[in-house]
Amino acid sequence: MKKLLLASAACIGIAGAAGAEEIKMGISLGLTGPLESIAPAIQKGAELAMKEVSDSGKLLDGSTIVPVVADNTCVDAAASVAAVERLVTAEGVKGIMGGMCSGETIASLEKVGVPNGVVMISPSATSPALSTIDDKGFFFRTAPSDARQGEVMADIVLEKGIKSVAVTYTNNDYGKGLADSFANSYKEKGGTVTITAAHDDGKGDYSAEVAALAAAGGDALVVAGYADQGGSGIIQGALDTGAFSTFVLPDGMVNDTLATKFGDQLETSFGQNPSAEGEGHDKFAALATAGGFDGTSAYSGEAYDAAALMLLAMQAAKSSDPKVYKDKVMEVANAPGEKIYPGELAKALELIAAGTDVDYVGATSVEFVEPGENAGVYREVDFKGGKLNVIGFR
Amino acid sequence: MDVLNALVALSNFVIIPAAAYGAQLALGALGVTLIYGILRFSNFAHGDTMAFGTALVILVTWGLQALGISLGPLPVALLALPIGIALCSVFVLGTDRAVYRFYRRKRSEPIILVMASVGVMFIMNGLTRLVIGVDEIRFDDGARFLVTVQQFKAWTGLTEGLALRVSQVLTLVITALACWALFRFLNRSRAGKAMRAYSDNEDLALLSGIDPERIVRLTWIIATALAVTAGTLYGLDKSFKAFNYFQILLPIFAASIVGGLGNPLGAVAGGFIVAFSEVAVTYPWKKVAGYLGIQSDGLLQLLSTEYKFAVSFVILIVVLLFRPTGLFRGKSV
Repeated sequence: MKKLLLASAACIGIAGAAGAEEIKMGISLGLTGPLESIAPAIQKGAELAMKEVSDSGKLLDGSTIVPVVADNTCVDAAASVAAVERLVTAEGVKGIMGGMCSGETIASLEKVGVPNGVVMISPSATSPALSTIDDKGFFFRTAPSDARQGEVMADIVLEKGIKSVAVTYTNNDYGKGLADSFANSYKEKGGTVTITAAHDDGKGDYSAEVAALAAAGGDALVVAGYADQGGSGIIQGALDTGAFSTFVLPDGMVNDTLATKFGDQLETSFGQNPSAEGEGHDKFAALATAGGFDGTSAYSGEAYDAAALMLLAMQAAKSSDPKVYKDKVMEVANAPGEKIYPGELAKALELIAAGTDVDYVGATSVEFVEPGENAGVYREVDFKGGKLNVIGFR
Repeated sequence: MDVLNALVALSNFVIIPAAAYGAQLALGALGVTLIYGILRFSNFAHGDTMAFGTALVILVTWGLQALGISLGPLPVALLALPIGIALCSVFVLGTDRAVYRFYRRKRSEPIILVMASVGVMFIMNGLTRLVIGVDEIRFDDGARFLVTVQQFKAWTGLTEGLALRVSQVLTLVITALACWALFRFLNRSRAGKAMRAYSDNEDLALLSGIDPERIVRLTWIIATALAVTAGTLYGLDKSFKAFNYFQILLPIFAASIVGGLGNPLGAVAGGFIVAFSEVAVTYPWKKVAGYLGIQSDGLLQLLSTEYKFAVSFVILIVVLLFRPTGLFRGKSV
């Protein structure tokens, strides 16, 4: 009996390693909560890559991918840990596209991802804290760290001749990390920060924050928050009371809703967000439109890339075991090799199976730097004429 | 001149915004306190009743706008408000029939009703999102400002500006009207007296021929009217987002408890106390002090803005410690 059990266990083991299987992949996003409005496009981005790989039938001898979605709420670390725990223990996922917000990503990675040995690739967690976390090689992100964005933003602000700013940030790991990195870099380069004040998202009223920022003064207001959350509440308050007229807007704030909402009131405002230009970006946008969603929505392309990278790494490692394929992620993401754009995952799987090196470019010009995060190209934008205009890339 | 500047800066950033926010909280707290006083439980679904009702108001507003109706400088939403209240009341009465009546008949403990209301809250939460979505919606039309900062500066020649929005004035006026009507109703009308009697002693009220189901229906309708009005005013003043109405539940409860649960006057006072403590205690006095001749390099800020919620909860704890029934002698929690 014992032998029989062992034998069958061994058979299952072999079957798992070689033959076609149904691979469950987790998607952990804040489908409810402060970022619920951008989560659907992220989810669709990831599912698009999974479907593309499934349909090709070329992954690990024809394995198919089943996405399993979990709602991590974005703000509640305990809820996120529980959601990811369910993905790993109850659903048995082989990798997770997520988390979404920096704080809950850190919590679910430390409590679930690393202890259970599951690869997590986040499309949107940008806190500098995630660069130094002890992830045992299980964590990657297709979004760049905000340490870099802080520097880029400081440069842009100074180039516009603005020497003193007030800073407000959304009270979480993302906002704090970005505000700190900006403030340090700005001060080093000769600017003055009059006040750094946090604001909480989803609150009823931002009069207190606007009052504090206005009293401190400055030539412009840096709003490191979210466009459909406290960030626009602060801008609304500042505009209404005449406290500020120029706003500096980092990635969480740069999107079309802001432009439609405030129109020509943002005439002198500007900002930047991580966004690739070029072939990959356009191809993904076209794929997304065909799939019935907006591919230019924030972090949608990053999600496609995150999911694609895990699946390509599986192919390269010839195993869907996250403990094995985690070592291949950097390899498929970076040069040398044949460049892979969105929509070419089938080709990539074939090339890898044939032993050819690939260099995944994807929707967001993926190029990983240690410890497994995207180096990042930033798009500089302004809001002249009541709409979002791209000025350049840096 | 400098004193005037200081006064204008203070009004622009503290007094006007806090008064409008306080009025919105007060209307919400009135609804909570009525339900607590008469139905004897804390209704957690109140925030989502605000959201659901406001969503209905927005839908009606869109309909009216499509018909080409406009109120000139006032938002069309005011016209849609009564229809929204009626629709939302029907829904809320439905939840009472489906959920709360069962527990009321069984004379369940208040905590069971509270938990049932949490369930209702989640359902309304989901319904609101299904009906109108998760996105932020601005539905204010008409004029936005009564006085803008630039106009004010041009008129007065002061260096500080003052903005007064139509929505802020509307909020204050409608809140005053609603309070006046509610207090008159509770104190003068037969139905209002019956409600108060039912609140004081259920059995005695029953003996004197008051129909409890009628009182309950009336309470739900009034609470819903207050909630939808508060929600709509809040949405006009800021913007509509389903998630925010869930979050505003906390300050509303703080307001009604500070004032004394079950006491309508307390709810109004509590709303303003919470709003002013959030805005005023964290205000940096640097600018105002500068106008008054006290120059300072620091911000002269008592507490940083992160602590604004701590302030209202410290007030809450102090009140509960020294006056467990709230400032205006409500029921003890």
